Amino acid sequence: MVAAAGLRVVRCGGSSLHGARAVFSADCKQVGYLLCASGDFVKMYSVATEETLRLMGGHGDLVTGIQLNPHNHMQLYSSSLDGTIKLWDFMDGIPIKTFTVGSKLLALYALAGSEDSVFVVTPKSGEQDAFQLVSVKLPKGAGQDLEARELSVVLDGVDASPKSTAFGREGEYVASVKEVNLQVYFFKQKQLNRFAVGGMKTKSGNSHFTCIACHPTEDCIATGHADGKIRLWRNFHHKKEYTFSTLHWHHDSVMDLAFSVEGSNLLSGGVESVLVLWHNVSERQKDFLPRLGSAIEYISVSPDGALSCTLHKDNRITIINSNLRFSKSIQGLIKSTDVKTGLVVDPRTKALVLNGEPGHLQFYSLQSDQQLFSLDIVQRQYIHQAGLNQTDLVKIAFSPQGKWLATVEEREEAADPELQLKLWFYDEETQSFKLNTRINMPHEDHITDMCFRDMDELEDDSLVLVTTGRDCVFKVWVMVEDTDPEAQQSVSWSCDFVGSYHSYQATNCCFSEDGSLLAVSFEETVTVWDSVTWDLKCTFCYPTGKLRNICFGRLTCSKYLIGATDNGFLCCWNLLSCALEWSAHLNILVLQPDPLSEYIAAISWLSKESSLFVFKPNEQWPIYIQRNLCKEKIQLAAFVPRDEPEVTGTEKYLWLRRSQLFFLTDTQELMTLSTKSLEERLTPSSKQLAVEESLPVTPFSLLLGKHRQQQSREDTDLGKRVVGNKPEQDSPAVKELLHTPAHVLPSASFLCPIFINSLLISKENKSVEEVADEVEMQSENTEEDSDEERDVTEMEQDGTNPMELLGEMTCKLSKSQERELRKIRKMDYSWLSAF
Amino acid sequence: MGEFEVHRVRFFGLVPAGVRCLAWQPRGNRLALARTDGAVEIYNFAANYFMEKVIPGHDARSVEALCWASGERLFGAGLGGTITEYDLARLCVSSSLDGGGGPIWSMAANSSGTQLAIGCEDGSVKLFQVIPGGIQFERNLDRRKGRILCLSWHPSDTHIAAGSIDILRVLDVTSGQTLQRIMVNYHVQKVTRECVVWSIAFLSSGTVVTADSFGRVQFWDWERGTLVESHTVSTSAVLSLAVSEEEDSIVVGTSTGATYQLQLLPVKMGSLEKRWVRTKPFQYHTHDVRAVAHSSTALISGGLDAQLVIRPLMEKVQKKGYDVVLRKFTFPHRRLISCARKARLLLFQFSQHLELWRLGSTDETGKDGQVLPVCRLPEHLVQLKSKGPEHIYCSCISPCGSWVAYSTASRFHLYRVRYEGDGVSIKKVPKVPKLLLPAYQLQFSADSGSLFVASARGSVHVLQLPEPGGCKHLHTFRPPSGSPEAVYLLAVSGDGHWLAAVGGDWAIHIYNLKCLKHHCVVPTYSCAVTALAIHPLTNNLVIAYSDQQLFEFSIPEKQYTAWSRAVQNCGLHQAWLERDTPITHIAFNPKNPSHILLHDVYMFCLLDKSLPLPDNSALLMNQGALKQLPETVRRRQLHAFKICKKFQPLLFADMLDESCLVMVERPIMDIKTQLPPPIQQKKFGT
Repeated sequence: MVAAAGLRVVRCGGSSLHGARAVFSADCKQVGYLLCASGDFVKMYSVATEETLRLMGGHGDLVTGIQLNPHNHMQLYSSSLDGTIKLWDFMDGIPIKTFTVGSKLLALYALAGSEDSVFVVTPKSGEQDAFQLVSVKLPKGAGQDLEARELSVVLDGVDASPKSTAFGREGEYVASVKEVNLQVYFFKQKQLNRFAVGGMKTKSGNSHFTCIACHPTEDCIATGHADGKIRLWRNFHHKKEYTFSTLHWHHDSVMDLAFSVEGSNLLSGGVESVLVLWHNVSERQKDFLPRLGSAIEYISVSPDGALSCTLHKDNRITIINSNLRFSKSIQGLIKSTDVKTGLVVDPRTKALVLNGEPGHLQFYSLQSDQQLFSLDIVQRQYIHQAGLNQTDLVKIAFSPQGKWLATVEEREEAADPELQLKLWFYDEETQSFKLNTRINMPHEDHITDMCFRDMDELEDDSLVLVTTGRDCVFKVWVMVEDTDPEAQQSVSWSCDFVGSYHSYQATNCCFSEDGSLLAVSFEETVTVWDSVTWDLKCTFCYPTGKLRNICFGRLTCSKYLIGATDNGFLCCWNLLSCALEWSAHLNILVLQPDPLSEYIAAISWLSKESSLFVFKPNEQWPIYIQRNLCKEKIQLAAFVPRDEPEVTGTEKYLWLRRSQLFFLTDTQELMTLSTKSLEERLTPSSKQLAVEESLPVTPFSLLLGKHRQQQSREDTDLGKRVVGNKPEQDSPAVKELLHTPAHVLPSASFLCPIFINSLLISKENKSVEEVADEVEMQSENTEEDSDEERDVTEMEQDGTNPMELLGEMTCKLSKSQERELRKIRKMDYSWLSAF
Repeated sequence: MGEFEVHRVRFFGLVPAGVRCLAWQPRGNRLALARTDGAVEIYNFAANYFMEKVIPGHDARSVEALCWASGERLFGAGLGGTITEYDLARLCVSSSLDGGGGPIWSMAANSSGTQLAIGCEDGSVKLFQVIPGGIQFERNLDRRKGRILCLSWHPSDTHIAAGSIDILRVLDVTSGQTLQRIMVNYHVQKVTRECVVWSIAFLSSGTVVTADSFGRVQFWDWERGTLVESHTVSTSAVLSLAVSEEEDSIVVGTSTGATYQLQLLPVKMGSLEKRWVRTKPFQYHTHDVRAVAHSSTALISGGLDAQLVIRPLMEKVQKKGYDVVLRKFTFPHRRLISCARKARLLLFQFSQHLELWRLGSTDETGKDGQVLPVCRLPEHLVQLKSKGPEHIYCSCISPCGSWVAYSTASRFHLYRVRYEGDGVSIKKVPKVPKLLLPAYQLQFSADSGSLFVASARGSVHVLQLPEPGGCKHLHTFRPPSGSPEAVYLLAVSGDGHWLAAVGGDWAIHIYNLKCLKHHCVVPTYSCAVTALAIHPLTNNLVIAYSDQQLFEFSIPEKQYTAWSRAVQNCGLHQAWLERDTPITHIAFNPKNPSHILLHDVYMFCLLDKSLPLPDNSALLMNQGALKQLPETVRRRQLHAFKICKKFQPLLFADMLDESCLVMVERPIMDIKTQLPPPIQQKKFGT
């Protein structure tokens, strides 16, 4: 099979966090975890450190619901569009069981009362847009993959959204809303009551239901409506004598509701980005947590009531204290509706830079799947109102070392656009970009492209910025010494040269690798200019086709200039002979050269699918072709340099050795190509267990910490090599041993040699060994401690599925063994290199 | 419908007085309402909320509290310091007694209706015993400083809860001692304002409910003196509170014009634990809701904007009918305007004065819907001020315009008006015969030669008005069987032959004026008569009832006419029966004897007896649709009810001659501008 060995398209980080309500682990006071559905994965965050601890993958499609197992709060159910429910041990990230239901699952609910069944929302077979709430009996089989075929329909005609169904007090009833109807089904009485708000039409807006929440202890249902009202229904077991009261603060639709654990307070949120806390569920007493940044999609409350969290439209999780104070936020990739800036890699941090919040630039770290920071470029208040023309960021460029950042913002006006070119200088002290120069109306019309001259050696003096505009010129901007003594900075930017070609619109610009040549495309023509004298050197033209992209080849191929035209041709010109080297008939949307190698990636869009071609300009045949990369149109792509070159076996993937290709589809999905299989990709993240970091401060831990500090101080005395070796050697192995749950550990006799082995340090100073011994002793102590603690949980788990654990154990055993072996191998290498 | 020249009159400056208090009588299904000018009105809920009785106000007799006691006796008390009993048959004060504690702020009757408790300015609570023919002082209860603003009896009649400023007290009825004194603002930090307990209710469970000026409705355990629950329903004061008979629902009125319902609901299904929950808010008023009442099926509220609102509780109403619709009443259900057809004069009745206006006129003619320019402006001729504190019961102008009569509770006035060119001279007629007063309705004969005075005990006096300006009592008609109730509507035939009179018992007596004897009784119908008139040509009596039924009774034949029988057989249109307000005036087209003109507050109807009656599938208000149809189709679509809703709210409509109508409107906005500004409330988006 090709796929096994071949490249896989992987949805990378950045997938939306708001697939379903987030779930807090049971005990937030001790070690709090926040579980969150993110694309095909379930993510586990530490509440204390906001760190992503684990990424649990295995579902084949979007995860639509996650729920703690009500009978074992260390386990988690998750449902997915692929028709399976998985039971996870989220502490270890192990999938315990997979139940195949068959049809798509759109929402998941688990109840404490129902022993072995969960509730899911599935599409009704045979009908479009009709959904039903189904109770699924989870079979108690031995295997890992089980079929759950025992389904019984509870409610018909429910909405697909997980927010529109809720279970009431102790699972006595289920309430579901759709459009203007509320239906409540009582399990014991087998009674179904329906209510409608259509009759109570209001003058302002519609009273459609948007979400529902049930009071945890009383018979009270809260519903949110599209006109911003919250209705509190009571007495709904009477068909006629039901009653409701109304709370109204939101001016637009209520997106989600949540009761506090005791039910005394109600939380509500909407597009206003304000979390409203209704005290005693009454209209008069309410508190607000404003300025949460963007629309609130989901609200969830931790089981102990200490924390609540909101999931926002822009992929952010905000963790909020019980006294309605902002505590922490976890920001993923913000998906703005239109990424005008393109995907740009910050040379300094290797973060992906693109449009974030309106008028902001986000720096998104691909490794941690978190936003590093957000830079306010436009520096104007954004008004949340439809139909307003607001200033937006359209182009950015980094200087090769990341010292300078150029941004273009524009405001679409009917007559003429308002443009601004800003140049930002990276301030080492504040570790952020500082505005250096602001140029109003750099061009008469929209700026189409912008680039810095890429000259590594003589960065400062030779730094040149070129902008191309629709006003048929390209402009060259250079830094000049500021003569004004009152100016704060010593340099500023000004225009040095204005070039044009037959009054064609300038569309793209690009510098050659050594910076000596500038290529500017003017509609159908590519012009090449000398970057010192700004003379027009030569022109290239490919008949009947405006140029969409141009780029220079790199390294060995630097004599080539590649261009893609909008009538579907990819051409390669030789700069030495000034002739067309080759051309290919391809509708290229994205042309992206790898900055570290001579490879160029081109992504085409043909007959409803995107294909990837990787080629070297000097060879006419592509090195790699992947047809049907994805179904969506790919808008942007970027090569992100790897920290260390990847070892790839086959020649075919050599182009992925130094950088990784990321691309963004028009549904704002960030994807990448990976040679590794899924399991491999997941291991690094699941390996690190941050239990230690989030442990509460106890006298013992303080003692341990003191020892560690001492130890590290001694280490620094010992010289660099030891420092380099030490943490690599002892910490992972010891950590692994100590923090792997006891029930998955192999027998002590088996572990002992590995453990000892890992503690042995090859012929080092004596003092180090002493320190190591000390650590060993302590870690033994902790091991005993933790063993005692875990016995309890182990017993509980034993009761549930003893057969399962056995299988799991053997599997895990071999894995850890393997890992140890790998580690030893690695150690040997380092030892060798010392020679 | 035909084309008419319409005088659209908007210069009647009536401002109804605000509603001060309400008293609901569940047994009689009646509501007593007191207005800020001291007038007391009785609404009969069984007869489509018809305003059955009106006792006009009195300057010195404000009404702060109303209550029903010992059956159907109505008592009122006010800042004048007296307790008054109202005679609902004679529509006047039957007796009054000084409370002896200064101005009275509150009054409540015990559950059996044998005792009245009043709360006075001096802080005392006094008990009165209700005895036949009046009330008798019984005892004083424990007196403390601070006026007693509200009172409530415990349903067992052993305790009274009294609300004052900052405190509420619970008094023992037998010992007269204060058993509990609760500071209501104890829980509020840093109180700078005083907290006024505006209304109080004592539930049988021992819970005292208070409504206070901080906008809270609070539930207290009176024995322990502890606060059980507190609901802040409004940012402004909660002024009024009423509890349903089952004590599971409370309605409160606030000074922002909003009313709220609180319900006692089980916390969980099947559990006994119940809790008060604020459920529905209603905003029907623009000003203070000074009074609320809770009937078994509806929430009733009255505000300073003079509106009475009846909001049915859908869940309590068993079947769909007239009761399930929200009703709002602003204007009285009777005629305050009389018209001199020949002289083209209008007489407006206000609470303490009359205004005589001459209608404007025009020379021009125009098309349908066109506004004609007025060549002579309407003219305010005379303002007649009634002397003394009493308010006017009724007034009338003769068809020729030369006589004006009005009556207050104790006096009857007749004026002779002369028109000399543009000037008007008015002269009081001396030596008016002494009559049994007050008069409830006045009616001149068509030739202005005699005046009929509706009086108590079903009697009607006939006064003769000889030309130079005298007045002579001719005869008094009495119903042969006798009646305790006062006559409130009169109608006289065009030929001066017949007189119809309706009393409070809704029996219509017809008298022969030529023979001066009782002619017959119209078969009794179990509903209040809202308007009646005798056709000038056929001498048919047209009767409108409060359940919106219409009857035509032939006086000479002493039986219902064939048309009336036909109407009863096929029934009236559903939309007609579900109208909000009763018909208050009936007139006839002198040109076409089959035309009857009817109007209520929201519509004007020309009833053409010659056309077929509409069935329920037809559109009742079809005038607009008919205009679009071609002639032949239109003929088929025609039905008897030709309704015009152009003039709203319509207080009076009459036919001056065969082509000329007068319509008196009172736009709600004009009333609103006369009211004090309401509490400023921030409205979102403004």
